Amino acid sequence: MLDISDLRVYFDVFEGEARVLDGISLHVGEGETVALVGETGCGKSVTIKTVLRILPMPPARIVSGHIVYKGQGLLAMPEEALHALRGREIAFIPQEPMSSLNPVFTVEEQFTELIRWQGRYRVGWLERLAKSFDGAGKRAARERALDLLEKMNIPDPVRVMRSYPVELSGGMSQRVLIAMALAGNPSLLIADEPGTALDVTTQEQILRLMKERVETERLAVLYITHNLGVAREMTERIYVMYAGHIVEEAPTAELFRLPRHPYTQGLIASIPKLTGEEVVGIEGRIPDYVDPPSGCRFHPRCEHVMAVCREIKPELVPIGPGHRVACHLYTSAPAGP
Amino acid sequence: MSKYRTSDVKAPRLNPEAQAQAVALEEQRAARSYGARFEDLRRTLHRLRRSTLSLVGLAIVLGLIVLAIFAPQIAPYPEDIATVHFERTFQPPGRQYLFGTDEVGRDVLSRVIFGTRISLSIGVAVLAIALAIGVPLGLIAGYVGGPVNTIIMRLTDIFLAIPPVVLAMAVSAVLTPTLENSIFAIAFSWWPWYTRLIQGQVLSIKEETFVEASRSAGANPLYITFKEILPNVLTILIVKVTLDIGYAVLTGAVLGFLGLGVRPPTPEWGTMASKGRLHLPTRWWLTTFPGLAIFVTVLGFNLLGDGLRDAFDVELE
Amino acid sequence: MRYRDYLIRRLLYTIPALIGLSMLIFAIARVMPGDPARLALGPEASEEQVAKLRKELGLDLPIHIQYVHYMRGVFQGKLGVSLYTNRDVIVDLKEYFPATFELVTVAMLLAVAVGVPLGILSAMRKDRWEDHSTRVFALSGVSMPRFWIGILFQLVLAYHLGLLPVTGRMAADLPAPARITGLYLVDSLLAGDFVALKSSLLHIIMPAVTLSLSPIAQLMRVVRASMIEQMRKGYILTARANGMPENLLVYKYMLKNAFIAALTIIGLLYGFFLGGAFVVETVFSWPGMARYGVRAFIYKDFNAIIGVVLVIAVAYAVINILVDIAYGLLDPRIRLGAEAREA
Repeated sequence: MLDISDLRVYFDVFEGEARVLDGISLHVGEGETVALVGETGCGKSVTIKTVLRILPMPPARIVSGHIVYKGQGLLAMPEEALHALRGREIAFIPQEPMSSLNPVFTVEEQFTELIRWQGRYRVGWLERLAKSFDGAGKRAARERALDLLEKMNIPDPVRVMRSYPVELSGGMSQRVLIAMALAGNPSLLIADEPGTALDVTTQEQILRLMKERVETERLAVLYITHNLGVAREMTERIYVMYAGHIVEEAPTAELFRLPRHPYTQGLIASIPKLTGEEVVGIEGRIPDYVDPPSGCRFHPRCEHVMAVCREIKPELVPIGPGHRVACHLYTSAPAGP
Repeated sequence: MSKYRTSDVKAPRLNPEAQAQAVALEEQRAARSYGARFEDLRRTLHRLRRSTLSLVGLAIVLGLIVLAIFAPQIAPYPEDIATVHFERTFQPPGRQYLFGTDEVGRDVLSRVIFGTRISLSIGVAVLAIALAIGVPLGLIAGYVGGPVNTIIMRLTDIFLAIPPVVLAMAVSAVLTPTLENSIFAIAFSWWPWYTRLIQGQVLSIKEETFVEASRSAGANPLYITFKEILPNVLTILIVKVTLDIGYAVLTGAVLGFLGLGVRPPTPEWGTMASKGRLHLPTRWWLTTFPGLAIFVTVLGFNLLGDGLRDAFDVELE
Repeated sequence: MRYRDYLIRRLLYTIPALIGLSMLIFAIARVMPGDPARLALGPEASEEQVAKLRKELGLDLPIHIQYVHYMRGVFQGKLGVSLYTNRDVIVDLKEYFPATFELVTVAMLLAVAVGVPLGILSAMRKDRWEDHSTRVFALSGVSMPRFWIGILFQLVLAYHLGLLPVTGRMAADLPAPARITGLYLVDSLLAGDFVALKSSLLHIIMPAVTLSLSPIAQLMRVVRASMIEQMRKGYILTARANGMPENLLVYKYMLKNAFIAALTIIGLLYGFFLGGAFVVETVFSWPGMARYGVRAFIYKDFNAIIGVVLVIAVAYAVINILVDIAYGLLDPRIRLGAEAREA
């Protein structure tokens, strides 16, 4: 349903050209839940912002690649046509609930207006004026909004509708945002770590609710997270991303059974466990994008680093059913000195 | 109130651990900030160079300084500052008198050129006085806090209760109209803005870790103020002063125009425009050219200040 | 802290500032060099006459006693006698204030009506020619001396093209409309006198435009900056990604936020208007309070100086409090924020 191939997005910054996405390819099938996992700063947010076309350009610049949704190329699509897809085909759940609702309008105003005008690129003011006398339409939009809020287990939806975002807790705002994303009956949901900004219990509740809604509506999901544990609960397939490259791709169960890439292994080791076992982090941090490490971008942090890693960028190669990895440890004959 | 007094028993001056920690923090900060400051400067210059408008502003400002310094050499009729020529009154602009001549036959261009001296000295002197009063008061208010802060800030409230131009007019009205008094009148209404600005900046910087660290290491408050806080507000000050020199020139011209500023025959642009207004509409050059000079001067400082603001990436107000 | 409490505190801070200002300006106006009584009577008057006037005006008393007398008068609605009109300053101000109020209000409306759209245009077309030209316009707008703009307008539009009247509030051969509010535009409309309305409209154009040029530029820059800031906000990107129509997003959801940001400088702009009125009223012979003030300054009419300064300070304070109230009404974060967090 969603196909991204060889996507390269560079940023023009003072120091030069930051190659933030350097040849990303990924695929989300009909009704499939897929996670894109990586540390903060690995480029996963840039990936989805590019898909949604909300990336500020400049400084960003799309250098190459295609994004195809249901047979239509998204990158070359005019804004007007894109707006027909936004919300109704592809919907977005943002990461930070407290800054993702407009602070100077009530929930009701932003929610019902979204329901009434979704899919239009622009609305003439005469038309808006005419519609403002349409009581039935208004009531219908309100009913729909209330219904969506109720499905997100919001206890007092009438009060929430009347509220300004400052009057809502983070968890409540996040629920409202999920309800708004579902307003247009989309087929694909793109979620940017919903709940990360909240406390663990609230996050769990919200994830459970979201999973329930995704299952009943048979939505496809592209889920961005830095937490492999969350990805394991929410999705069927996982892409692991490091510094603008996809380094491993596998069905969720398979990835946890047999992680291949040293980076994936490190990420799994760093999932907090209930047993109280010491969490092992990965030494070092995401590299500089203007002057990235040569060869495999992970090599400065890799325990198994070899000479070839410093020179040649490893390609994603199949290693099992649906399992691919980009690492020289698994290429049959590593060429080099 | 005694939070920062070094003689305070609780002050961890004698605590070696805290001191070591503070020293370590200080070293870290120094290492970071030398690199960072150098980097910042490089970026700033880079951005400034890229902006054509700010370069135009810089050129105007430099040009004005040259005009002011070499006015006697540049002006075609330098003696016209003091003499009259009744044989050539009201000559329209032409090849001989580029900006025409006035009601007593003086060359307007020469007087406009000498006017840069008056206007620039108003701009620079006003800002010098405003800084000399406003910045220390702001530093004291922000750093000492408590009742001292209250007194100083309520005092600025009084001055800020009225648009500065109006206060400057009222003050110059009661003084004898000389250049020094005009400068005083404008500076008198100008300093509270700097007290406000600096106090606000100090309050926000004060709580940052490095000041905390120096303080727990027992540094003298005066030392902290000059060594830590002042450099941090410097970029904001540079931008604001650049913009404000332009506005002070403008205010000086307004006083002159209303007859509250420097008296003729001093070649002050606002006064010249005001005198020239009596000969409108036929002798248009008498007001147009002094006005143009004010415009270009203020524009120059504005372009430069605006460019510096973008280059330093600071926000005012 | 609740917003209402904040407003009350603001008000309480304003009062001592105004009292302080009254002392300051009183001290300035009464210690001025040159004897106002002598100035008023002229050089031919005898010493006795001058001494008599000094006594009449209370100028022979110590300054703090003079101040107490003056303030007592203020609470009885008296501002002292003007040396040149020989009337109480408050009578003069009542006569001249409406003209200034009318001019400043029209200029403010003009500034908002032009500055806000230009700011939006500039932000939407960031770094293109529209943005660059509005930037040059803005920088020129704040750099031009107002008297110069006014005189250029007079030269071109009035003298050369004859499109607009050079000076004044209304054609000299027309009777002023019956005074109801003192605002010619309103009074002539109320009287149904469209000839007078047209004349006063034509007369106010040049002064109002002259006065609003610099505020237009400032407003534009603030609106531009806050619109650009809005474009990067999470709630705007989220609404866009979920299909909110683009023009609603810009002209409703971004604009309200940007306008709230612009509101913060409107109080400051009034300062520019009130200060600028002195020059503009002088250039256009506009019979307002500011022109009266200029005359008071030049002739050292001390009671008039104090009166004009205090009226301007009170007007300025009232406007700033009104702006604060509007701010709270428009921005629920300020109105509700603190309370919600406490709950």
